[in-house]
Amino acid sequence: MTTALIRARGLTKRFGGFTAVDGVDFELNRGEAFGFLGPNGAGKSSTMRMIGCVSPPTAGELTIFGLDPVADGPAIRARLGVVPQEDSLDVELTVRENLLVYGRYFGLPRPVIRERSDRLLEFVQLADRQDDRVEPLSGGLKRRLTIARSLINEPEILLLDEPTTGLDPQARHVVWDRLFRLKQQGVTLVLTTHYMDEAEQLCDRLVVMDAGRIAAEGSPRDLIERYSTPEVLELRFDPAVHENAAEKLAAVPAQRREVLADRVLLYVADGDAALAAVRGLGLDPLTSLVRRSTLEDVFLRLTGRRLED
Amino acid sequence: MSSGPVSEVRGLPLRVLPGRGPLRRAVRSVGGRGSLFLVERHALVYRHTWLVFVSGVVEPLFYLLSIGVGLGKLVGSVHGPAGTPVSYAAFVAPALLASASMNGALFDSTFNVFFRLKYEKLYDAALATPMRAGDVALGEISWALLRGALYAVAFMVVMAAMGLVYSPWALAALPAAVLTGFAFAAAGMACTTYMRTWQDFEFVTLATLPMFLFSTTFYPLSVYPRPLQFVVECTPLYQSVVMLRDLTLGTVHLDLLWHAAYLAVMGLIGLLVAGRRIGKLLLR
Ligand SMILES: Nc1ncnc2c1ncn2[C@@H]1O[C@H](COP(=O)(O)OP(=O)(O)OP(=O)(O)O)[C@@H](O)[C@H]1O
Ligand SMILES: [Mg+2]
Repeated sequence: MTTALIRARGLTKRFGGFTAVDGVDFELNRGEAFGFLGPNGAGKSSTMRMIGCVSPPTAGELTIFGLDPVADGPAIRARLGVVPQEDSLDVELTVRENLLVYGRYFGLPRPVIRERSDRLLEFVQLADRQDDRVEPLSGGLKRRLTIARSLINEPEILLLDEPTTGLDPQARHVVWDRLFRLKQQGVTLVLTTHYMDEAEQLCDRLVVMDAGRIAAEGSPRDLIERYSTPEVLELRFDPAVHENAAEKLAAVPAQRREVLADRVLLYVADGDAALAAVRGLGLDPLTSLVRRSTLEDVFLRLTGRRLED
Repeated sequence: MSSGPVSEVRGLPLRVLPGRGPLRRAVRSVGGRGSLFLVERHALVYRHTWLVFVSGVVEPLFYLLSIGVGLGKLVGSVHGPAGTPVSYAAFVAPALLASASMNGALFDSTFNVFFRLKYEKLYDAALATPMRAGDVALGEISWALLRGALYAVAFMVVMAAMGLVYSPWALAALPAAVLTGFAFAAAGMACTTYMRTWQDFEFVTLATLPMFLFSTTFYPLSVYPRPLQFVVECTPLYQSVVMLRDLTLGTVHLDLLWHAAYLAVMGLIGLLVAGRRIGKLLLR
């Protein structure tokens, strides 16, 4: 039959009359790092919770390890690691006790948990805080502990819902590094994010989600090639002439032109040539920047909106 | 890291039940082995804060001393269940034991469960693992019941030391107290799943305080006119008071089984409702 680790067909989640996930299809293979990229309310968490067997699908088909999440929830969850959007650490316990108790929820024997805890605390660099209470830990440390906790059962699939939202850049990089190592070790990663750099860094393949639907699917490079140009020229004008300048820019040959509130983006093959053409029209931007296309541009193209507001 | 499935996780004996009918659903929604892990978790937490147990042990003893012994000096003796006079302290003590079991169990299964459910998100974390909603319900109720049992043991030791135990049947009062804890813990947890704010807990006080005062705790049922007697006889705490009083005073008869059955059914219904509701609230 199917070799896909996770398979969704027409997967739908409704809350009352509101449709949070609207008939999505996706498939996930072992060893992949797969991402859901989308803005707030896109339905990322709702999808993740269905995969995590803590939210029954309203309609459609979903199998995980070839099993049905409603009938076989506990058996599936035994093989999953979950990092929820909101940390759900046990604040009445210490760092190490969190791993112990969570491991016991999986029915693991204490000596096994002890041995794994040693390794995991080392892995997320929390060994020196193991006897501290969880409550006063910083956001970054809590996130790392949540990741360590999610690995206590040596899961085949790790579900990460916005693993680095709210962390400072340094803490984000630590988390990225750990996730990258897990990927190297063969753990299948499923993550949601509204950071395009996170998606580009970690995901082999991703879907762009918006308003409960999948707008596009592919590798980051694929998506950029398909939905954007190699380069982007970003221009910023004096607000007084912004609109006027934006209209005049129609004369510059570009595959696409996006007029944002504060900037104009020109999608072109050669940014420097386009900038010369802009100057040739007698326009004088306050700032100009030539850069590579990113997933942000893909998202803008697909939805007409920006990812992060 | 990825070394295949953790397959030893749990062998649920309930799996072998055939069919998909309501009975099977009901049995499956009662927790299994997972409930033990929640009990372990609470034991770990309370190792840090064992002091809270002391007040639960001491409170009913204060009642026993002030009312049973102090007030008992004025009252003298009353008619026991068998019609023979017994000391007032011996009459009141088992009733205090009943309400101590009730209160001990309720504290955990109401306030603490509400906090863990709404604020601590403890069950959200547990349900991401192989644990089921039924495990959460059974785990919480077992923990509350254990706590009630601990209070009951302490109280009975003091009763025995004060010479308020009249019969070897008193040994059976301990499981009876545990049954009381089960009934109230389960009912309390079931009710808690319907509560929206802390204010709603006033209803718990509103239900338990009159039961404590009027379920023949301090005087025999014969004080009431017949219609009121009937009302009192229907309350759950009354079942427990009668059971514990008859056992510690040694007036044992088959009717006790009815009282036990009442509490057992109340507990089972509470357990089922609590499990269903936890699933409904969290697995959306
Ligand atoms: N339990 C619920 N009851 C009602 N509506 C819900 C529930 N959970 C989610 N929703 C709604 O479904 C929509 C999708 O929510 P979801 O949490 O899946 O989005 P998301 O992509 O994870 O967004 P975010 O980036 O904010 O986390 C939102 O509009 C949300 O309000
Ligand atoms: Mg979300």
